[in-house]
Amino acid sequence: MATQAQAQTLVEILREDERSLLHEWLEAQLESTTMRSTLLTRSELQDQSRRFLDALKAALDHGGLDSASPAYEGVRQLLEEMSTARGRQGYTPSETATFVFSLKQPLFARLRERFKADAGELAATTWGATLLLDRLGLFTTEVHQKGREQLIIRQQEEMMELSTPVITLWDGILALPLIGTLDSARTQVVMESLLQKIVETEAPIAIIDITGVPTVDTLTAQHLLKTVAAARLMGADCIISGIRPQIAQTIVHLGVELNDVVTKASLADAFAIALRRSGLSVQRMKDSSASSIRRVRPQDQEAEG
Amino acid sequence: MERIPILKMGRHLLVTIQVDMHDRLAMSLQDDLTDRIVSARAKAVLIDISALEIVDSFIGRMIANIAAMSRVLDAQTVVVGMRPAVAITLVELGLPLKGVRTALNVEHGMALLKAQLDNSDDRDADASH
Repeated sequence: MATQAQAQTLVEILREDERSLLHEWLEAQLESTTMRSTLLTRSELQDQSRRFLDALKAALDHGGLDSASPAYEGVRQLLEEMSTARGRQGYTPSETATFVFSLKQPLFARLRERFKADAGELAATTWGATLLLDRLGLFTTEVHQKGREQLIIRQQEEMMELSTPVITLWDGILALPLIGTLDSARTQVVMESLLQKIVETEAPIAIIDITGVPTVDTLTAQHLLKTVAAARLMGADCIISGIRPQIAQTIVHLGVELNDVVTKASLADAFAIALRRSGLSVQRMKDSSASSIRRVRPQDQEAEG
Repeated sequence: MERIPILKMGRHLLVTIQVDMHDRLAMSLQDDLTDRIVSARAKAVLIDISALEIVDSFIGRMIANIAAMSRVLDAQTVVVGMRPAVAITLVELGLPLKGVRTALNVEHGMALLKAQLDNSDDRDADASH
């Protein structure tokens, strides 16, 4: 029997006995250990299942058993929506695919009824239906995976934006607190944003703080040195601060030359030297008994006096 | 042929590169500037490259050479206003211009030159005593 005829048989079965088929399918889904009643109510599931059956009927009618044909556009769209929604709710791909696979049991039971006498026909039609449902089930998995990949890409982009703030510590003193591992792509962004900010603010001193960088390898060190060299070419001095003991050991073991660069253990030390170079100094106010508000706002004191 | 103007201000020479450098222009600047440093007995040279948007390895090396030649002729040299893209390119090309002094803009550059001139004047005065 041609696949077209098999498809017709399936459509007939789906039409004839829709109500009880749907009921059995739902039961199978609800029974399966992968079903999560907390995330999806029975009525929602019923609605999804009915829509899937309707779409499947229409597709079988026009496109036969070939799930790649344009007639299956509706089915694919439905599965895509469903898989995306479930993926967001935290379903695993196999849980989502079970939605499609669990249709096999009630469907095949009906096929058995129908082709009681003809074992060859039963096997052929069952095989055709299995292939179709398998492909549709795998399709939900693919959609799930694609959704995850998009999520990863988006998060990468967000991380890229988040992780490169250039802070103005003082007039003419910039700070770049680096957090996370430095790879080539990130360093490029970091470097460009620092240099751009140097141009904008005309700050002659920039502090690169690597307290948040977990490990420094030769590549990271080279990236840092390049940034420092580029800033120097533009006329700004860089100070590298926040070098942890472990990292200091690594740098020396790796043989990285940081001779031309001023390095400080903490951001505070780096800021102090930056202030000194700018001709500024920090002084404790004489009237230390005054309230903290006054200390912060000396102009008020003057006004009162 | 177009030339890059060299302005004299007291003991300073000002070179502002306002056009995109090509190789011949860089060569002629090198000749003009060395001549001018000698003839004007300049003690300081400020090269403003803030309008320079594109560099290649040749122009990068020319900048380094010009700065080194000025130093040989006993003129303090500072390169000012390098753009981020140019700085990154030079670093990636492996031309970190070691020994060339830099500043963010003309103002900072002039302040730097002035400080250095004052310094060297003091030293000369000390030496003559």
